Amino acid sequence: MAVNRSTPAGRVFDAVNVVVLVALAVVTILPFIYVTAGSFAKESELAERSFFLWPREVVTDTYRYIFSTDTFLRSLIVTIAVTAVGMIIQVLLTFTMAYPLAKRHLPGRNLLLNLVIFTMVFSGGLIPTYLIVRELGLLDTYWALILPLAINPFYLIIVKNFFQELPEELQEAAQIDGCTELGVFWRIVLPLSKPIIATMGLFYAVAIWNDFMSPLLYIDDSTKWTLQMFVRQVTVSSDMANTLGQIDPNYIPPEQGLKFSVIVVATVPILLLYPFLQRHFAKGILIGSVKG
Amino acid sequence: MGKVRLRTRLVRYRWLFVLLLPGLAYFAIFRYAPMYGVTIAFQDYLPFLGFSGSPWVGWKHFENLFSSPDFPRVLTNTLILALLNAVFVFPAPIVVALLLNELRLSVLKRAIQSAIYIPHFLSWTIVAALTYLLFALDTGPITQLMNGLFNARFDFLADPDWFRPLVIAQTLWKSVGWGTIIYLAALAGVDPNLYEAARIDGANRWRQMWHVTLPTIRSTIVVMAILLAGNLLDTGFEQIYLLTNSLNRSVAEVFDTYVYFLGITQGAYSYSTAVGLFKAVVGIILIYGVNWLARRFHHTGLF
Repeated sequence: MAVNRSTPAGRVFDAVNVVVLVALAVVTILPFIYVTAGSFAKESELAERSFFLWPREVVTDTYRYIFSTDTFLRSLIVTIAVTAVGMIIQVLLTFTMAYPLAKRHLPGRNLLLNLVIFTMVFSGGLIPTYLIVRELGLLDTYWALILPLAINPFYLIIVKNFFQELPEELQEAAQIDGCTELGVFWRIVLPLSKPIIATMGLFYAVAIWNDFMSPLLYIDDSTKWTLQMFVRQVTVSSDMANTLGQIDPNYIPPEQGLKFSVIVVATVPILLLYPFLQRHFAKGILIGSVKG
Repeated sequence: MGKVRLRTRLVRYRWLFVLLLPGLAYFAIFRYAPMYGVTIAFQDYLPFLGFSGSPWVGWKHFENLFSSPDFPRVLTNTLILALLNAVFVFPAPIVVALLLNELRLSVLKRAIQSAIYIPHFLSWTIVAALTYLLFALDTGPITQLMNGLFNARFDFLADPDWFRPLVIAQTLWKSVGWGTIIYLAALAGVDPNLYEAARIDGANRWRQMWHVTLPTIRSTIVVMAILLAGNLLDTGFEQIYLLTNSLNRSVAEVFDTYVYFLGITQGAYSYSTAVGLFKAVVGIILIYGVNWLARRFHHTGLF
């Protein structure tokens, strides 16, 4: 919209607006630069300077230290594995359930859809879910981090709406050619759904990677901790020695620096995915909001 | 519809039902079984007797909850955070979206959007970790800045007075940028001719924003307000839990964390389930109630 820009008041507003928004962007970004700079700084520099965006001397001490400890490496590998396996299971379950629900003539479809939608407004809550997970013997297993959250009802509805918009004729033609329903799903529908499969995979992967509540609830055994639990223990509880385990009693780990590098390691995968996330999530949130 | 037709339909769709099965099993086990498990709020749950075998005690746990000194404290803490959210966090993305909408330079606009969306994708653990670094006693950069400015010794992380401002600051940092998306989408749909017409009628930029831009996003604002009201008591477990410590607990404890501490760490399963159920029922009443009000007075509702 080209508004009367020529008035002095309009120009002042434009200038102030740019300043305000740029300041907002800088405030958002600054903590990341600070943490990254800190993670490459010497322990002595961290003690001396409270804030800097570039270390005097770039060193990788903290990274070498955390990657030499079993506990950190293990939590990183566990988190990557749980995220990958979990995402595959979640995508499979979501898509296989969404496809039948997209069929308008499926008997019982409305009932099932209402049951799904009801879970969006009401849930059994923390404790009953915890007791079910415990009854199933899933405590202290990685399945507890995946199965209780296997289908997000919002994503299920988004995928269902997507399937509904695929041309019916294509699927009917395939059936006339002798394809079974399963064949149509596998050979016609899924190949057409690649972009939304990628989007949902990203949605789910980020959610598992970031999940702190599930490991807090279901994982007692600290050798099975995920990265988020680890980050919390090192930065929030400041329980460095117990968390990392002291390998060499004569070596003093760069305590303050470790907090910085652990945060960076837990953040980098998300930042790498960020260009894709931004594009796909923005679309997803809008699809979801248009037809809940 | 006759029985025969239903049967033929069932046969015709048998493979679709096979596809449905894993998803149905998920909803039955992890969504509906816990709903049945809510019955333990009316029992004295004993693990070896299970959901169905534990003795019934009626409203005992609810009576205990409402007469407990914890209840007014937890309710107050939750409501204050909800109020602060409604006052400070809810309007923020609307304002930022309106400002972004006035930005003419599309390269700059996109760059700013890319920057302010990032925190949405980070975990609360990372947000908490950053908070603990930036606000650390004596050493945090923000603490040092504030100490210097006000010639005092701020203890942001332990001082109960600073708990709520920190929570709101975290929420703003994490969610404002992302929150603009939905308003920007609504703003993109405004008919440019409306601005043209308003200008011919002599409206300046402020009046155009007031009379053209705002009315077009009004229904989006109403929908977001309904959602906010429905989630009023959801204060975000992870965020609050990670910022809670023994010194600020008196102001930090909200329903979500109260349920966790009583249920998981102290094993009071039935009592904490009753607390959770109370919260869920209030949530349902709120979402349907606000939706009813919105339909009645504004003719736009969620459902």
